[in-house]
Amino acid sequence: MPIVVDGKTFETDEEGYLANINDWVPGVAGVMAKEDDLELTDEHWDIINFLREYYEEYQIAPAVRVLTKAVGKKLGKDKGTSKYLYGLFPYGPSKQACRYAGLPKPTGCV
Amino acid sequence: MSEVVKKFMYLNRRAPYGTIYAWESLEVVLIGAAFDQEVNLMFVDDGVFQLVKGQDTAGIGMKNFSPTYRTLGDYEVKNIFVDADSLAARGLTQDDLVAIAYEDMDTEEEIENIVEVVDAARVTELMDESDVVFSF
Repeated sequence: MPIVVDGKTFETDEEGYLANINDWVPGVAGVMAKEDDLELTDEHWDIINFLREYYEEYQIAPAVRVLTKAVGKKLGKDKGTSKYLYGLFPYGPSKQACRYAGLPKPTGCV
Repeated sequence: MSEVVKKFMYLNRRAPYGTIYAWESLEVVLIGAAFDQEVNLMFVDDGVFQLVKGQDTAGIGMKNFSPTYRTLGDYEVKNIFVDADSLAARGLTQDDLVAIAYEDMDTEEEIENIVEVVDAARVTELMDESDVVFSF
């Protein structure tokens, strides 16, 4: 189902991931979060931005296990835990945050 | 989790582009990494080109997935081997290949590069030790 951000329409795939990664604007994350009844905080944005940087460098959306490890390395050990990340993204940190970040569904994610 | 840990080898023998084999192999490895098996990656023949650094695919209109190999360490894939003869036959050395880092989160031990160039005898030995060999 396409989503509408500031009057502009964005195509998505059948699972709600953005069809074209290059279309992404920060507003996409806001609209998607609102549909999930989630208010995005700076902590959420840290993860979303981290995922976009990770994709930029490695051309891949990491599986949750890998995300947890990488976040711990980059943003500090206290944030590199499942508990912290699931607290932010209850539908699955990698799955949900990658969607907000305009990335494809993570590789190794079922 | 399964009690039986099997030794899987992913044998990569083809150039990265032109066919889908290299990308498919990498995807299977990354997806399979979620299961606790012992995984070896082996690059032989034209497969060694998959690890060559500085790839630019703009001219052929394909996604450049070579940076993705560098995430293998993050996916807990620790054993990556390259056949020395295949490298030499193509005028390549280890310096032409990407480096893949691995950090053990428990011990915080960091290995800068887990890519290991091995001779033919060792290739044979590693294949023999494997329970399953997936050839791509």
